[in-house]
Amino acid sequence: MSILEYNGAAMIAMAGKNCVGIAADRRLGMQAQTVSCNFQKVFSVSDKIYVGLAGLASDVQTLHQLLEYRLNLYELNEERKMSPQVFSTLLSNVLYSKRFGPYFIEPIVAGLDKDNKPFLSGSDLIGATVSTDDFVVSGTCTGNLFGMCETLYKPDLEPDQLFETLAQALLSSVDRDALSGWGGVVHIITPTGVMTKELKGRQD
Amino acid sequence: MDTVLAITYKGGVVLAADQSNARSIISYQSNLDKIKELTSHSAMGVAGPNCDLVRFTEYIAKNLALYQLNHDGTQLSTKAQANFCRSELADALRKGPYQVNLLLGGFDEKAGPSLYFMDYLAALEKVNFGSHGYASSFCLSIMDKEYREDLSEEDALKIIDYCIHEIHTRFLISQPNFMVKVIDKDGVRVSKFGGDPADT
Repeated sequence: MSILEYNGAAMIAMAGKNCVGIAADRRLGMQAQTVSCNFQKVFSVSDKIYVGLAGLASDVQTLHQLLEYRLNLYELNEERKMSPQVFSTLLSNVLYSKRFGPYFIEPIVAGLDKDNKPFLSGSDLIGATVSTDDFVVSGTCTGNLFGMCETLYKPDLEPDQLFETLAQALLSSVDRDALSGWGGVVHIITPTGVMTKELKGRQD
Repeated sequence: MDTVLAITYKGGVVLAADQSNARSIISYQSNLDKIKELTSHSAMGVAGPNCDLVRFTEYIAKNLALYQLNHDGTQLSTKAQANFCRSELADALRKGPYQVNLLLGGFDEKAGPSLYFMDYLAALEKVNFGSHGYASSFCLSIMDKEYREDLSEEDALKIIDYCIHEIHTRFLISQPNFMVKVIDKDGVRVSKFGGDPADT
C-alpha cells in the first residue's frame, strides 16, 4: 500500500472562459477506515490562487502552512502579488528541495494571472510540473478523473457551466474509488470573486 | 492494542481509554492512566508505546504551562493546543517520530467543547467523536448511530459505556479496565476507572 494512498484524495482543476475551477473530495481516511468527511484539501493561498494538495494528510497540512508562509513572505518582501506561474514554480522548488525525503503530495494549482487569464498546473511529489490549458487532476483515482474530464470538458465554459462540469466529473470518479468521496467542494475563481459550493454525494 | 475513545456532548467532552500496559506476552500494568491532563480544561487520550506516550504528553503539557507563565496566565485555546501538538508531531516525523495517536479534548469559554483527532503522522482533524486502535472497528459505528448534536453528559457517558461493553464482548484482547474522564466548564475530572492509577 503506497503512502500516497494512505489517506485518500481526489481533485480536479479546470479552466473556463476567464475563470478557473478547482474541486476536491472531503474524505479523510486511514486506509479502509473513514475518520472524517470534512477534511480540507484545497486552500486559497491568495484571492486569485488556489492550491489542491492530494496525498498524505499530514503533509497536506504541513505544506499548506509552509506555502502560505512562503507566499506571504514573498508578498511582504516584493510588495506585489504573486502570480500563479511563480507560485507553481515555488511549489516545485519546495518539493524538489526534499528530493531524497519528499513530501508525499501531488499538488494541483489553479489561478488567474494579472490579466485574469486562467492558469493550471499539476506536479508530482518531487516537483516535476506540467502546465495545461484544459484540466489537471490528482489523487487516488486519477484514471477515473482523467476519463471523466476528457469526456465532459469543453473549452470556454462559463462559471456556472464549469461548476456543473467539475461537480459531475468529480462525483462520478469518486463513486468508483473506495478511498475518496464522502462529499465534495468546488471553488470557481472569477475576476470578480470566488464562488464556493459544497457537493452532496454518496456517503459511502 | 490501545483503545482510546472520545465523544463531545453539549457542554463538554468525554474521553475514555483502556488501562493496560502490555508488550508481547507480558502485562506490565492494568491501571495505567492514558488520558493526560494538559491544562485545566484540556486533556488528551493517547494510544501508543508507553515511552512515546510519556515523553510526548509531558513535553506538550510543560510547554503549555510555560506559555501560560510567559503570557500572564493566558491559556491557549483547545484549537491552538491541538495545532501545537500537530506541529511538534510533524516536526519529529522525519527526525525521530513519536508513535502516538491522540484524541485531544478541551473546553473553551467561547468556543465550548471541542475534540481533535490526530494520528501519529500528524494529520489533524476536528471531530464530534473518534476512536483509535482496533476499537475503531467496534466502536465507530456505535458512535455514528448514537451521536446527536444535543447530547447530555449522561447520554455521552452511556454511549461510551456501550462502546466499552462492545469491546469487552467482541474484542479478542482482554482490556478489563477503562479510565473515563469528563471535561466541562469546571475542568477535567475523573468519571470512573477500572484500576486506580495510584496503586503501585
